[in-house]
Amino acid sequence: MSMLTLEKQPIRHIPDKLSTPMGRFFGSWEALLAAVAIAIFIANSFASPHFLDPWNLSDATYNFTEKAMIAFAMTLLIISGEIDLSVAAIIALASTAMGAAAQAGFQAPALVGIGLGVGLLCGAFNGFLVARIGLPSIVVTIGTMSLFRGIAQIVLGDRAYGGYPTSFAWFGQGYMSDFSWWPALPGFEVVTVEMVAFVIFALIFGILLHWTAFGRWVYAIGNNAFAAQFSGIPVQRTKFALFLLTGVMSGVAAICLTSRLGSTRHTIAAGWELEVVTMAVLGGVSILGGSGTIPGVVLAAIVMGLVTFGLGLLNVPGIVMSIFIGLLLILVIALPIVVRRIRSKAAA
Amino acid sequence: MSVVQAAHHTLTPLLEMRGISKAFPGVKALDQVDVILYPGTVTALIGENGAGKSTLVKILTGIYQPDGGEILVDGAPVEFGNADAAIRSGITAIHQETVLFDELSVAENIFLGHAPRDRLGLVNWAAMNARAAALLTSIDAPISPYTRLKDLSIAHRHLVAIARALSVEARVVIMDEPTAALSYKEVEDLFRIIERLKKQGKAILFISHKFEEVYEIAEHFVVFRDGRSIGSGLLSQTGQDEIVRMMVGRSVEHVFPKVDVTIGNTVLKVSGYSHPTEFDNISFDLHRGEILGLYGLVGAGRSELCQALFGITRPSAGMVELEGRPIALHSPRDAIAAGIVYVPEERGRHGVVLQMPIFQNISMATLGKTTRAGFLRQAEEFALARRYAERLDLRAAALSVPVGTLSGGNQQKVVVGKWLATRPKVIILDEPTKGIDIGSKAAVHAFMSELASEGLSVIMVSSELPEILGMSDRVLVMREGRMAGTWRRDELDAETLVRAATGNV
Repeated sequence: MSMLTLEKQPIRHIPDKLSTPMGRFFGSWEALLAAVAIAIFIANSFASPHFLDPWNLSDATYNFTEKAMIAFAMTLLIISGEIDLSVAAIIALASTAMGAAAQAGFQAPALVGIGLGVGLLCGAFNGFLVARIGLPSIVVTIGTMSLFRGIAQIVLGDRAYGGYPTSFAWFGQGYMSDFSWWPALPGFEVVTVEMVAFVIFALIFGILLHWTAFGRWVYAIGNNAFAAQFSGIPVQRTKFALFLLTGVMSGVAAICLTSRLGSTRHTIAAGWELEVVTMAVLGGVSILGGSGTIPGVVLAAIVMGLVTFGLGLLNVPGIVMSIFIGLLLILVIALPIVVRRIRSKAAA
Repeated sequence: MSVVQAAHHTLTPLLEMRGISKAFPGVKALDQVDVILYPGTVTALIGENGAGKSTLVKILTGIYQPDGGEILVDGAPVEFGNADAAIRSGITAIHQETVLFDELSVAENIFLGHAPRDRLGLVNWAAMNARAAALLTSIDAPISPYTRLKDLSIAHRHLVAIARALSVEARVVIMDEPTAALSYKEVEDLFRIIERLKKQGKAILFISHKFEEVYEIAEHFVVFRDGRSIGSGLLSQTGQDEIVRMMVGRSVEHVFPKVDVTIGNTVLKVSGYSHPTEFDNISFDLHRGEILGLYGLVGAGRSELCQALFGITRPSAGMVELEGRPIALHSPRDAIAAGIVYVPEERGRHGVVLQMPIFQNISMATLGKTTRAGFLRQAEEFALARRYAERLDLRAAALSVPVGTLSGGNQQKVVVGKWLATRPKVIILDEPTKGIDIGSKAAVHAFMSELASEGLSVIMVSSELPEILGMSDRVLVMREGRMAGTWRRDELDAETLVRAATGNV
């Protein structure tokens, strides 16, 4: 038998990467969002003399911190190809449970445990139906959206739970300057507890998604669940974990929001699920799964917070704000696509 | 090259294809083929997988345009710019898996795209249902035009597909492996329909692997091999042996660089492996350094067997032992941990994540090695990817480009690299060179040899005879989910394998 002799060539060197880190950043979605955030910041500071007041700015962070905490977990979930539309309903249920516990005389640590526990259970229920039974997540979570909020509504009716212990107010109303160890530098006294929580969760989720094997699994599953499974990645277990994570983060948001408002009605956080999804999509997360970054979502949260705040200072009613957010979303999504199309036409 | 002269026919040809050629990047799918179809006659198109049969069908139905040659209908040249043009010339095809619509009625399926209209341009439901009923009666199909397609059995769906093909004024009917999914009884029904079509003067091109069927229903034959028409003639004057020789007749030894390797101890022992529907009672041993070829027709259960060995589907009975110890394979994770890896046939769907960079694909199954406490270590990931990329002579602009930007052969190298990084004991390659250009094919083959010589055991599923004959130390042939036999390298010849695979012993 004659052998086919393959020519032994010198080993070809393949570079790791083609572009520099700077080059990559300037072509990225995050760069565009940062530019938009800066533009809105400047526009706001011209539009209203009250905008640059540190206490006002500090107040403004509440517009996005709670939603962003859920959006971080939602980002991972959407990248993996799933979605959770029940997050706002989980807040309602968790808040109702905490309210009932507060009425029964439980103190802040127990309330926090209950809030997180309800979030975890709701996430586990969603995750079980999607990852174990194999139902589509959009259908499951539209169902549990009604289910969770429905339970809250039955329990509460038209009443409102109030009377939370004073120590519980710390989460949603506290300032870091309440701590003796917080540096007494100028400007630092306005930093809220929630703002710090936002930063910490951004770091945790950023590291989880971008620097761990788990995060790699999330991307692989979202881009090609078959190939992920064929590579030995536990696809269903990962998805279940993501639903748990989203549930728990909804519980965290419920604690912050309930603490901030000091009362619970069944309409609490109504419509937040769409704002959370909007935040993720605006942050560059593909709604089809497979791509997106936490820095992008952080920037998107800030952009949405700034827009809401600026329009609020100008006394623009809430409904106009949502119109503005909607237009912003379409604009930011459309812009790169239109630019690419014009470029390719110019090239042709 | 033995060309059996087409028989002395008194009829004038209904359709003639002369010197048809079609090339795709890296491969010449059809090279000056000639096919002639006569009215009222069944012509069987015979050839191995990849011989160019499907390409011919696609040209005849207007899906591909030929690079050269001409098509004549009733002696007049025609050109099919699209599928519609072919239908208007009276050419219709029934594919292996015709696309039908579950939620629509039988009549709607039959007339989709060419429903009878009334004066206002709306669908004339009465006419459509009546014509559908007439069509179904004409092929003896006991189906109501009003039934939803999803309520029909596979065989009845097939009849709907045939009715759909006949709903246009068809003169040439192409049947691409129409019996693949049918039972014996259903095949008989199909043959009755074919007889009826013959009487109506239609010309039929019948594509099948099964010799008994071909001899039963067809009068003429054409054999394709490597994109060329090798022979044609009357079946009544041609023996099966001669046709098998035409299908496989070529010397294959020169293309494949299989080096002789000392075969070691048994690594993998599979006994009585069975699946409820796909395969039954499969037993074999695989040795160190051995390449076991798995040959059979498409649908013989080879891929399903491999996927069970990789933990994707669950077997219903049987046992797998690796190096003497029984192992449980409940998921790909189990298989990978045990040292069995699988390079799937559908590379883009199962093998790689096309959107993700090369280095992330290569490290995907070994993240434990490039992470510490769950944290990714990019430098080690790049080092691992570079090691296998260079070993496999990967051609890429950078390790961070998406795998989807690479050619098929280079994508395959990424899949193989991913698995080699896990340091497996058994590597299963499912159609490893499918859709790969010639140059990369040789590289894949050379590499398989190298792996075997390093002591890896290889199972290679292939439908390409030269590949099976050239690369395997041993060949296991499967037919309809069962073992049709095993042959050692020195006992191998193409005809034996084709006979075993087609049941033509």
